[in-house]
Amino acid sequence: MALHRITVTINGEVELVDVPSHMTLLQMLREKLALTGTKNGCAAGECGACTVMLNGEPVNSCLVLAAECDGAEITTVEGLKKNGQLDPVQQGIMEAGGVQCGFCTPGVLISARALLDRNPTPSEADIKAALVGNLCRCTGYFRIIEGVKRAAKIQEAAKEEMTYGIG
Amino acid sequence: MDVRTMTKKYVGQRITRNEDPRLLTGQALFTDDVHLPGMLHAAFLRSDYAHARIKRIDTSKALERPGVVAVYTAADMGDFWKPGPLLVPPPTAVPGAVFHKRTQIPLAKDKVRHMGEPIAVVIAESRYIAEDALEDIEVEFEPLPAVVGLEEALSPDAALVHDDLESNLAAHVIQEKGNYEEAKAKADVILQRRIVVDRGAAAAMENRGVVVNWDDKAQELTVWDTTQAPIPLRNGLAAMLGLSEHQVRVIAPFVGGGFGPKIMMFQPEEVLLPWASMRLKRPIKWIEDRRENFLATTQERGQIHDVEIALTKDGRILGLKDVFIHDTGAYDPYGMTVPLNTQCHAVGAYDIANYYTEVKMVFTNKMIVTPVRGAGRPQGIFVIERMLDLAAKELGLSPIEIRKRNFIPPDKFPYEHNIIDQAFAPLIFDSGNYPAVLEKAAAMINYEYFVKEEQPRLRAEGKHVGIGIVSFIETTGVGPYEGARITVGASGKVNVVTGVGTQGQGHFTSFAQIVADQLGVDVRDVHVVTGDTAQFHWGTGTFASRGAVVAGNAIHAAAVKVRAKILQWGSKLLDVPEEELELADGKVRVADMPEKAISLGELAVIANPLRGTVEPGTEPGLEATDYFGPQYGATANGAHAMILEVDPETMMVEIKKYVAVEDCGTVLNPLILEGQIQGGLSMGLGNAYYEKLEYDNNGQLLNASLMDYLLVRSTDMPKQIELGHEETKSPLNPIGSKGVGEAGAIPVPSLFAQALENALADYNLEITEMPLSPNKLYEMVYKK
Ligand code: FES
Ligand code: FES
Repeated sequence: MALHRITVTINGEVELVDVPSHMTLLQMLREKLALTGTKNGCAAGECGACTVMLNGEPVNSCLVLAAECDGAEITTVEGLKKNGQLDPVQQGIMEAGGVQCGFCTPGVLISARALLDRNPTPSEADIKAALVGNLCRCTGYFRIIEGVKRAAKIQEAAKEEMTYGIG
Repeated sequence: MDVRTMTKKYVGQRITRNEDPRLLTGQALFTDDVHLPGMLHAAFLRSDYAHARIKRIDTSKALERPGVVAVYTAADMGDFWKPGPLLVPPPTAVPGAVFHKRTQIPLAKDKVRHMGEPIAVVIAESRYIAEDALEDIEVEFEPLPAVVGLEEALSPDAALVHDDLESNLAAHVIQEKGNYEEAKAKADVILQRRIVVDRGAAAAMENRGVVVNWDDKAQELTVWDTTQAPIPLRNGLAAMLGLSEHQVRVIAPFVGGGFGPKIMMFQPEEVLLPWASMRLKRPIKWIEDRRENFLATTQERGQIHDVEIALTKDGRILGLKDVFIHDTGAYDPYGMTVPLNTQCHAVGAYDIANYYTEVKMVFTNKMIVTPVRGAGRPQGIFVIERMLDLAAKELGLSPIEIRKRNFIPPDKFPYEHNIIDQAFAPLIFDSGNYPAVLEKAAAMINYEYFVKEEQPRLRAEGKHVGIGIVSFIETTGVGPYEGARITVGASGKVNVVTGVGTQGQGHFTSFAQIVADQLGVDVRDVHVVTGDTAQFHWGTGTFASRGAVVAGNAIHAAAVKVRAKILQWGSKLLDVPEEELELADGKVRVADMPEKAISLGELAVIANPLRGTVEPGTEPGLEATDYFGPQYGATANGAHAMILEVDPETMMVEIKKYVAVEDCGTVLNPLILEGQIQGGLSMGLGNAYYEKLEYDNNGQLLNASLMDYLLVRSTDMPKQIELGHEETKSPLNPIGSKGVGEAGAIPVPSLFAQALENALADYNLEITEMPLSPNKLYEMVYKK
């Protein structure tokens, strides 16, 4: 089996990994790096449980070959919490009651993070559209959507605080 | 609200969940996250045929493949090859009942009976190798005609799913209350319809999985399993493997959604792999892939009903007759739970004096049927609600009026039905106020206004908008029992262990709320452990919306006992009568003199002394174990309403507004409750309009992927949802709770049908079938 040596930055840490050609990014994360927060719901690009951020874009990691990720920057659910502080999407979805079994949650959080990165004040329709690839069987989505709205507010408030804090 | 500043009364509060920080950061352990050194991987060879005789199996080539450690077929299993146990008793409580037990087998031996049935298992160094080796196995089949249709299954020239039976009849049960034929003779109106409900998948986002480890030195088996019932699974595995219960530990870690099929026990994979691990003395992992989940995880809902309803001309139901066929698939390990639920729910929320119900359960060459969220209830509710709607049309009554004329009145509880339910106990509805719940839903959706003002206006604009409103009941919280042990630790933190598994229902929080209230501690200081047989080993499992009711009350009972111990110690040490003490802020203290206090942590140390003696008749520590078994199941009820708009060109449906009013007794945590209802609703919508397992005439499942089998997505949900709550506490348990886990899913198909008919009134549509789909609806509307 041909092995490829790749360098990736995952959640801010540089990792050197040897991956076989057929290995997906999802498998690399879960099996090689013990980052099991990212979930496998179908391995076929149909459920979104495996969503991670690849160079700032949300992707289904089950559809990306690990060998293609040389030099890439990857964020997984494990990388959202920073300095002991939940990311606004984590905080917002928790407060809104958007987690039930939690299996879809890691993917949902990454899709939501990506949305707020490109659009800090999304409308309800924007949120639904951003989450259309993330299947959730437990919640009926209402509380997740509510959570993303809250996250936008939390993020906004934090920004203002920073501005005032510095000014 | 910051819970740390609150002192008391968590039950009923909308608080965030204790388990969420772990789930939100990727730190919660699911079965697939278990990784053990030296772990092998399993893959199953599954039948492509729905029905075929196995002439020959040759595994020799697979065994030669490098990296393959073992290949097993039925022939390799010796005495361990046995059909699984019947998980619920046969319906002998019903006189004259016929039941043929044919339970699933670990690996097919002489023939395969459904597509996806496992024939062989390969165990290898990696899943890749194991799957490649499946291709090396040669199986010679002799295809047999597949039994697919429910009526066809009963035809005299149908092929036999089980050759040793005379027909494909798995069971036959007739129940009668009053006398339907006499009632019919007095009726002004008699309506007959055929009502058909087809199959869907539970489709939890987490597929099934098992990781097993036989530790040969310790002589202990550990099984991580995506099960809803760890304790019975442990007991069964121990018996099958000739081990003592203490040598087997089953752990249901975080489980990514259950919805029923994960209560199905002794599935081939979870029986076979522990056996293999003991032989190979290595850990083994198997995680189902999505296609396997469609083919080989249990399913539900296929039934054909021939219904007759007899009414007076003012819309009073005199009697109901329902003769139906229930599809149990290739085996019937779950007995008659599903069709008995259907029989108990086809009476709905109504006072029906004469009821005849007859079910024939049939074997077919399709995946096994066991409960899926709702478990036969949605079918029963669909039957009665549809018949009432049709009767209302016939009699010129509104859907609300006809329901009100037939509800069980609030003063008639407990209401006895004189039929037997899924627990083989007489069906009794314990409490409720059905008219109030329906009225509330009507008010919340603004029914009168919509029908009189808004709908005519929108129709004039050419819009096809419709409204619907239905009532339903849900039997929940069935026995036999659950238990819990509660311990106060030296740190003052409280540990709660219980046997039920949890699949996202928020048990780590709702159970903690119950305990925190009793012991006066912070809810974040209550640590709940579920689903690990090493921690607590009595119990049955999470099913039939029973977790909060049965386990919740067991936890309540144990907490009451611990509270009593604390008060006793407190009284002794503080030298005040117990009545003058209170439990708050993690302390026992004198109510009038809060500085006179002992923390629970200190008390826990004192109660478990290292020297001296524990007084005779007392036990060390602040700990208690208790159990709860309800006398019979509490019955929840509700009314749902919706307004939708149909585009008659594409038949795409947009739900403008949805209202759900539920009476599930005491609410432990509204945040969790609402989430459960909304989630149930999304599955119900799927059952109504998106999700159908398509089997062709050869028993081939045509849509075994999430690409082809459509789950409801974020964009398909109603634009607006409002939840209402009525509360009649159940008299059957101290907390007063009724279950709710399935409630959201139950009424949706019947509601959707009513609203669609209303929206497409000019087409004079009659919907007697579920699930529909845009295509199907199009055909119904235009091909008439
Ligand atoms: S696991 Fe990647 S989309 Fe489902
Ligand atoms: S919370 Fe269970 S799938 Fe989304």
